[in-house]
Amino acid sequence: MPHAETLPLRHRLGGPQSEGRFFRGASGSVAFADLRGGTSLGGRLSELAGRAVLLATLDQLAAALALIELDGIARRIVLCPPDLAAGYLPEIAANAEVDAIVSDRHPADFANLGIPLHIGATCVVESSAPPTDCCRTTWLLLTSGTTGAPKLVSHDVVSLSAPIKPTAQAPIWGTFYDIRRYGGLQIFFRAVVGGGSLILSSVCEPVADHLQRLASHGVTHLSGTPSHWRRALMSSAIREILPAYVRLSGEIADQAILDNLRSFFPRARVGHAYASTEAGVAFEVNDGRAGFPASFVGIGQRDVDVKIEDGSLRLRSARTASCYAGRDTPALLDADGFVDTGDMVELRGDRYHFVGRKGGIINVGGQKVHPEEVEAAINRHPAVWASLVRARRSPITGAIVAAEVVLKDTSIQEDGMAAQTEREIIELCRQNIAPHKVPAVIRFVPSLNVSDTGKLLRHGRP
Amino acid sequence: MSIKLTVLSEIEQIAEQQQKTLAPLTDDSILMNTGLDSLCFAVLVARLEDRLGVDPFSESDDISFPVTLGDFVRVYENAAR
Repeated sequence: MPHAETLPLRHRLGGPQSEGRFFRGASGSVAFADLRGGTSLGGRLSELAGRAVLLATLDQLAAALALIELDGIARRIVLCPPDLAAGYLPEIAANAEVDAIVSDRHPADFANLGIPLHIGATCVVESSAPPTDCCRTTWLLLTSGTTGAPKLVSHDVVSLSAPIKPTAQAPIWGTFYDIRRYGGLQIFFRAVVGGGSLILSSVCEPVADHLQRLASHGVTHLSGTPSHWRRALMSSAIREILPAYVRLSGEIADQAILDNLRSFFPRARVGHAYASTEAGVAFEVNDGRAGFPASFVGIGQRDVDVKIEDGSLRLRSARTASCYAGRDTPALLDADGFVDTGDMVELRGDRYHFVGRKGGIINVGGQKVHPEEVEAAINRHPAVWASLVRARRSPITGAIVAAEVVLKDTSIQEDGMAAQTEREIIELCRQNIAPHKVPAVIRFVPSLNVSDTGKLLRHGRP
Repeated sequence: MSIKLTVLSEIEQIAEQQQKTLAPLTDDSILMNTGLDSLCFAVLVARLEDRLGVDPFSESDDISFPVTLGDFVRVYENAAR
């Protein structure tokens, strides 16, 4: 009898409330009860036994169904997010030694990969004989790096489900993420392993329609990045949902967004989680405050070892990915088995605060500035909805701090209040951050761009 | 507003925001003695670029940074021509 943690996902679809469990996509839904004795792959699952499968579907529900079937059957699953540039596919397929494709797209779309085995993924489940588990599947996730080909990060069912504790109720999860990304996959696992159901997002679906769908199917647990949540809070359809748990991850959750969510959902538990594709889920912070308690740092005390080295957060746990797959890949772990997250933290009192990314520093006359730290200061102004800080070249100091700010009330931009608000923001920043970090220039903009992964786009043209 | 007045009003605003005490400003004021530091000048050049549409110090390599306030204003007046 294998240990429960290593059981393939298809064995986790039951539970005390198994009758009501489901996956729901934008265009259909599938009951777990049907999935237990069924196939969405036209009964061809056995052809994929022991293979390295590229899972590249347009439809997220088709991907969810295929993942359940493939775990424990395929040797590897490569999860392709819907926005993946086709040009990267040959390199990814070679690195992962892909020898089968599961997709709802036309086989011709993959002709250049030269892989003969193509099996159609669908959202329709037909009954079929239960398959025989044959291996512990490696799940390869793609990093969302901004430069070069994405790296393949190696996980398995244990590292992906380790942080999840079974719950008494059957949560109905929703997420603004795509499940082919770590943040979304974590919610997929929470639903499947944690005894619940999942309402999937859909590329191109307007936020209001997504929220309405979440409301009509009774979402109880909802997850997204702070940028996802800011966008959702701007839609009047947000009033229709009544989650018991609101979860943020993927970007720094500053005090302003935590406070906004708490006042909007007074009855919900609002928590932020720290996780990355490489490091897995490290911890959850549920006290409503930004940052995390200094007591989280330490080795051997909790299920995740946490250390701070050169200012960056480093993690070691069973949830950490094992390696990058492929040839000539960099080491993912240091000599002691820690992942360097590249996220910089700063101790203030008894709490660590996230200040930004290692590579994202602005150098103002030799002094360092993390854009995120300035954004958090700006976002404390009550009129501010969101902000983006970046470097602007300066002939005097090399660079200065420039901010784009979205106001809650965009009409302020027209009626001459903008200059006053700008002065107030600068004054507020002066009170809270060092002078070289205070934005030199502020531009009010109607909106900020958010990437497919739900994070503020920092590198696009202003 | 003339270029000179624009420069003066930005200097006053930056001094206020950065909590610097300004010396009385005349054409002969030595910039480094006005009470503004290099960060203030970096901010000033950026804001003037937004207001006047030029950054004469980045656009030309052979401009040395002016010594007096009058020189500074002239650099912008020349660039605006």
